[in-house]
Amino acid sequence: MATSSERSPPPFPDSEDQDVLDAEEVRGRDSDEDEDLFGTTIDRSEVTAGVIDPLSQQEAKQTSTAPVIDLSGDSQPVTSKIADPLVDLFSDAPPAAEAKKPSSANVDLFDDEEGSDIFAEPLQTKPAKQPQKSLFGEPDEDVFGEPLGAISKKPVPKELKEKSVTTKVTAGGPLQDSKPADIFSQAAASTPSVTSTVNPKTNGVHSEEDGDIFAEATVELSLDSPRNERKKEATAKPSAPAPTSLPAAASLAKPQPPALEEVRDGMNAYMAYKVSTQTTLPMFRNKTFTVRRRFSDFLGLYEKLSEKHGPNGFIVPPPPEKSLLGMTKVKVGKEDSSSTDFVERRRGALERYLQRVVNHPSLLQDPDVREFLEREELPRAVSTQALSGAGFLKMINKATDAVSKMTIKMNESDVWFEEKLQEVESADQQFRKLHALVESLVVHRKELSLNTASFAKSAAMLGSAEDNTALSRALSQLAEVEDKMEQLHQEQAASDTFTFAEMIADYIRLLGAVRGSFDHRMKAWQRWQDAQSMLQKKRETEAKLLWANKPDKLQLAKEEIAEWEAKVTQYERDFERVSATVRKEVIRFEREKTKNCKRQVITYLECLLQSQQQVSESAFSYS
Amino acid sequence: MMEEVKETASVLSVHDDSIKVTEVLKDGDTLTFIIVSQKLSGTGEYHVDRTYEDFEWLQQHLFSQGDVPGIQGVIFPPLPAKPQVNASPRSIKQLGFLALGECQPYCKALETFLQQVAAHSILSKNKAVEVFLTSSDPPGRQKVKKNIFNRLSQAVEEMRKEGHKDVDEFFQNERDHNLVLTGCTKTAAEKFLDVVATEQKIAVACGHFSTALHLCVEPGEDPDKQAFSRVCVKLSEVFESIKKNMTSVAENNVNTLGLGLDLESRYQEAEREMLFRRTCKLVELENAQRNVEKAKPVKKAAMEEVKKAAETEFEHTSGVAKQEVKSTINNCIPHFHVSFHSGLVC
Repeated sequence: MATSSERSPPPFPDSEDQDVLDAEEVRGRDSDEDEDLFGTTIDRSEVTAGVIDPLSQQEAKQTSTAPVIDLSGDSQPVTSKIADPLVDLFSDAPPAAEAKKPSSANVDLFDDEEGSDIFAEPLQTKPAKQPQKSLFGEPDEDVFGEPLGAISKKPVPKELKEKSVTTKVTAGGPLQDSKPADIFSQAAASTPSVTSTVNPKTNGVHSEEDGDIFAEATVELSLDSPRNERKKEATAKPSAPAPTSLPAAASLAKPQPPALEEVRDGMNAYMAYKVSTQTTLPMFRNKTFTVRRRFSDFLGLYEKLSEKHGPNGFIVPPPPEKSLLGMTKVKVGKEDSSSTDFVERRRGALERYLQRVVNHPSLLQDPDVREFLEREELPRAVSTQALSGAGFLKMINKATDAVSKMTIKMNESDVWFEEKLQEVESADQQFRKLHALVESLVVHRKELSLNTASFAKSAAMLGSAEDNTALSRALSQLAEVEDKMEQLHQEQAASDTFTFAEMIADYIRLLGAVRGSFDHRMKAWQRWQDAQSMLQKKRETEAKLLWANKPDKLQLAKEEIAEWEAKVTQYERDFERVSATVRKEVIRFEREKTKNCKRQVITYLECLLQSQQQVSESAFSYS
Repeated sequence: MMEEVKETASVLSVHDDSIKVTEVLKDGDTLTFIIVSQKLSGTGEYHVDRTYEDFEWLQQHLFSQGDVPGIQGVIFPPLPAKPQVNASPRSIKQLGFLALGECQPYCKALETFLQQVAAHSILSKNKAVEVFLTSSDPPGRQKVKKNIFNRLSQAVEEMRKEGHKDVDEFFQNERDHNLVLTGCTKTAAEKFLDVVATEQKIAVACGHFSTALHLCVEPGEDPDKQAFSRVCVKLSEVFESIKKNMTSVAENNVNTLGLGLDLESRYQEAEREMLFRRTCKLVELENAQRNVEKAKPVKKAAMEEVKKAAETEFEHTSGVAKQEVKSTINNCIPHFHVSFHSGLVC
């Protein structure tokens, strides 16, 4: 059941719908102000202009009904919408059936839901983030009972300046409507983020039980670094300002005190990342817990997940790559900006990776994931080491895979898949290009800040050498202004990097994973076809034997035929299942992509606006 | 910084600050500049077209005024380096700011040169200036032989004489100060050039990014796709405008602060040269004095004469130099200051 944790932003353009939907949200999101849904206020910036769509309105309407009906009141403690004035209205709207079905048995059911969800989603994500406005307070997203497990992201009001995403992942058996609010604070967030609430679709599938099973897992990855201030900024999630009166179900992400650990052990030094989770899911032992993990642990998790779920057609999110150069530099203790950059990038990437894993409803069910998040000590994942035996084995496997991919000519019956594959390919290309361009932009900005700094210095020198006092004063002022500008440029470069380039890089990796799932589907098809041809051969043998009249061998042949028939049917079913999963996954992926992109873009633009303002302020202050 | 010519008997018949280099025409490899100046008496304008060689001709004539007393004490307004249509990296470096942008900074620099020449009390008296500005025929292109600025020999002696201690405190201070200032201004100009170049690079990168985003647009009915496309389009527009902003910022910078710094630095160079010339004269004088003391009575008279000549020359030079230096302070700085302020607000 992959989809349940989809985030589909609730289509609530206006407050009312919002409220309805909110009813049960656990969202602990602070933005309770619920400003009214994105739609209305946003238009401020041209960027968001197009976003609010009437479509969202419709969506809102659609979904709003459901939750209201179902609410049974108690179930969700979450309903507390906290401070929202609007919330009060609906305070207890029971969440519409939100049950997320963890099991894949209900896949088909959700498929439909999913379809409708998709549409609601993208539009929501673009609430305009007006820099000074607290935009959307969508308090509890989860109101919509979405069988698929709505993940609601609450938009954070700008004032909060946080970037937090509340995602509710409802998973687990008796889930019901409660929409857990998952609040993921993205570590690097220092700007307001738009959280879109997922629009749970009430899918009559679930009854709202008043259980309170909120699957909320907030995974917050904080990289503790010796450079505290930096990390603090990174990890000082918005949660700080977030009021979050959390309903029981909601979990707020709280900033963790940064403390990246570097375990020194000569050349075996490694960086330990602190992974903090806040959750209300019953399947975890505690409500919050923290563990230390190494990079190879993350890779190990990925290995396990992809082995288990990949062949079934799931898109397993990939972690960042190993980078020998980067880590060696850090180990050697080089304290320059490139190594801090590298560490920061990696940390952000790992955090997003974990968040994606947790958001995927079926992956979350995997005991490995739970273990990863909870267990104190994980066995060293040696299979991820590049130069080990397992590493070589992996390489060989990859090579054979590549070869077989080239030779398998799939008879594509479903044109949808073909189209999708095309899209994925072209998207991959585009993203790669974009990534290269963004990186070059970042390089230039860094250069600009360097040059500005040296110009400031030389202007200062000139100012002191000049004996004409007026001019000298002017020059020193110029030097100061330029200094400030340098800082701004530096920051701008950083934000470029972290919001943009990283996101694009993430997507390039994800697209690779998507292609991987397509490949798995192809392999399933191949198996099926092979089985069919085998069956054919067996039948021929049987016919021959019949004709040759050898009764004993005939029996054997018949048995084999029966066996192969069973296999054929099973493989065929497998194939169908995998296809369906892939389809679902891809749709979900696309939705996610759009949502995330919007969010990131908005954040980036806000940041840009801010820095431009600062630049012009400092320029004016000079004169 | 263009002061009005105060002298009554000015040969020049145009207003010095009305001189403008309005246009530049590109004709293959040669650039022709159109110079417009207002007549002093009555109304009317002189329109002349000149090439860079004509400017050089003018400069040569100015240099070769050996008969004017104290000519060596004059800080000659600096002429920008020769422009080239297809510039080599070295010449671009030489031109510095003047190579950026279209011809605008360069024209401004030429304009400033002419204005400074016309406003100079001594230089404007030279007939060549009048001819240059008013005659419709291009001035003669023949090389003027006598040139007090023989660069080659200067270079060799420079090292030796540069450090020669001065008799006059005023001048010694000025020399030291000038040395420091020249270095600083040059550095500042270079660094600023770097800044502007980077800004231009950023603008270009933004442009590329914006185009690439445009290509990301996916057609389709799917609302997801549409939303994504919308995002891309908007973002691409944003980057396009960032690019435009950056470009104009860079342009502004060049036209104001960049130009000012460039001018200032060239002027400092010219001043340095003048001071050097004066130092040379000083050395000459001292040599002459020593010769007089050492000379045998037979030669004594001759030496005395030489010494006297040297002395007079030196005094003239110093006198003019002092004036120049003092007026420089009033001339250049305000100009620089103005370009500063306008350059800041980008």
